Amino acid sequence: MIKLVGQRLLAMVPLLLIVSILTFSFTALLPSDPVDLIIGDRGSNEQHEQVRERLGLNDPFVTRYLDWLGRAVQGDLGTSFFNSVRVTDAVLLRMPATLSLTFASVLISVVVGLGAGVAAALRPRSWIDRLATFGATIGQAIPNFWFGLILASVFAVTLRWFPATGYVPLGENPLGWLLSITLPALALGLSTSAALARQVRSAMVGVLQQDYIRAARAQGLSSRRVIFRHALKNALVPVVTVLSFQITVLLGGALIVEQVYAINGIGSLAIAAVRQQDIPMIQGIVLILVLVVMGVQLATDIVYGLINPKARPA
Amino acid sequence: MTDPLLQIEDLTVTYGGRSLLGLKTRGVDAVKGANLTIRPGETLGLVGESGSGKSSIANTLLGLVPASSGRMMFDGTDLAQMKDGYPDVVRRKIQAVFQDPYSSLNPSMTVEQIVTEPLKIHATMTRADRRARAAELLRMVNLPETHLPRYPNEFSGGQRQRIAIAAALALQPKLIVLDEPVSALDVSTQNQIINLLYERRDATGMSYLLIAHDLALVHHISDRIAVMYLGHIVEEGPADRVYHQPAHPYTRALLDAVPLLDPERQRARRAARRAAPPTDLPRIAVQGCPYRHRCPRAIDRCRSESPRALAVPGGGTAECHLLEPSGTTPPAQQTTPGAKGPASNTPPRKEPA
Repeated sequence: MIKLVGQRLLAMVPLLLIVSILTFSFTALLPSDPVDLIIGDRGSNEQHEQVRERLGLNDPFVTRYLDWLGRAVQGDLGTSFFNSVRVTDAVLLRMPATLSLTFASVLISVVVGLGAGVAAALRPRSWIDRLATFGATIGQAIPNFWFGLILASVFAVTLRWFPATGYVPLGENPLGWLLSITLPALALGLSTSAALARQVRSAMVGVLQQDYIRAARAQGLSSRRVIFRHALKNALVPVVTVLSFQITVLLGGALIVEQVYAINGIGSLAIAAVRQQDIPMIQGIVLILVLVVMGVQLATDIVYGLINPKARPA
Repeated sequence: MTDPLLQIEDLTVTYGGRSLLGLKTRGVDAVKGANLTIRPGETLGLVGESGSGKSSIANTLLGLVPASSGRMMFDGTDLAQMKDGYPDVVRRKIQAVFQDPYSSLNPSMTVEQIVTEPLKIHATMTRADRRARAAELLRMVNLPETHLPRYPNEFSGGQRQRIAIAAALALQPKLIVLDEPVSALDVSTQNQIINLLYERRDATGMSYLLIAHDLALVHHISDRIAVMYLGHIVEEGPADRVYHQPAHPYTRALLDAVPLLDPERQRARRAARRAAPPTDLPRIAVQGCPYRHRCPRAIDRCRSESPRALAVPGGGTAECHLLEPSGTTPPAQQTTPGAKGPASNTPPRKEPA
């Protein structure tokens, strides 16, 4: 297992390099000049040149990239073009909101998806199964931002159970944090749980037909033990793979749902950075998000190895 | 004679037949009025084509499928009455080994966990005792103790089946249901597993219900053989008698399905089989003999009247009108010579009683 983790960590290095080169190239290829946005139309040519020089935009592409890379390795992702905020600080400041939202929605997705999937698989073609399949279809069809708006208008505006907008940091007020995150997490998590429920159902139905389930029942194991210890553990093998993709999708979805609930997370930071062509900021956000996704995939691989002996390196 | 360990009387197993939106759907009888007896230390071979109800009997006996009617007296308790699963005292006396060792072992459990799981549920043992017992069980099935921490995917089919047998032996059951235990294995491995099963039975005095479709194998290992067709037990008796002197036309057809070594005889037999009525006939016989559609010797009476189980000379019973003293010639005399398995050497012909 340690060997596996080591291998994965090593494999991340070239991947991160490729991602950084790609984002660096894309931002360098942009047709418009960020300097125009910074000083506006009124600036003289000299001012223009001064700013370019100060931001290092006159250096050749390779020099700029290596320069940036050298500092990024030390944890310094540069400074925003528009204010003197350091990119690392800005991203880390916004990260907790986005990650809370992502992981709360992962939790909802897993609980609802597993519950519905297992319930459906235990009684195929029953009303529970039909309801779960119907719900999954609806859940997959509804866009999460629209669902978010509906939830907000019903539970925040009409019923006033939850705040309609804003984010309360966990450290400040745990209850406020929970309330502020419930609706956006539901909007994200429920639509993702649909795909998960389908996956769980089909994996579970497949496993329940295996002879080792019959053997376990014949040995006199309780249904609970058969379902949770024998069936679910094996059904989770394909589910974990799907879940790792889903977490990535949820992270992307969080950036959008943040807008609906006016949560100051990575989403609004990224949108502002793109609009202003704040190249260091875009770079930094992409790199950190890629790191998070890689972390999730590493965790998935570890969990996968734990539940599936075949995936373990010999 | 010793008391039977298991006595199945008039057992019927019906699938489906639930009421749906007020409409009653008629279920399918997978087993109809079956009678079987297994004595302690005895092996009963149950044969028949797929869909004949062999596995339904196994599943019912294991408490996986409820019995619709009838009795299953096992060691003093009627299992057919226990609709909500068996109590642990009964459960630990009946264990099972299934056909496909690739699907019958949980891939996420180690050999030790698989073998000791029955002990965890049914016996109060310390961890160390369980581990010692697991090692002992592996030795019984000729596997080294070092396999205990390994996972099923690291083993071959034969080794996996040994592990499955070790798990079935864990609680020292009185009866093991062997549902096609070797048909998924290659021939050289089959022999090892059969010998292992023999050895374990002789060492412990337990009984086997062996379900298989290979009559030669069943004859080899069983004391008695029961033949099933469409949910009915059409013939039952001592293994040698059933194998060498089949009384029911269906048993004969099963034996004829074993290919002969002599190509001339095999050709002649194939020609005879082609001349026989097609086998794709309605499978639901409401009245009359269930085999009458395929039987080459069916008479008018077979259409109207269900045959009773009649005693066969040499032991056992068969459900065939042709065995009645007043009936027409018994089937054994009408069949072509040499139409038996390769092991049969001109067996004595059975005379009409």
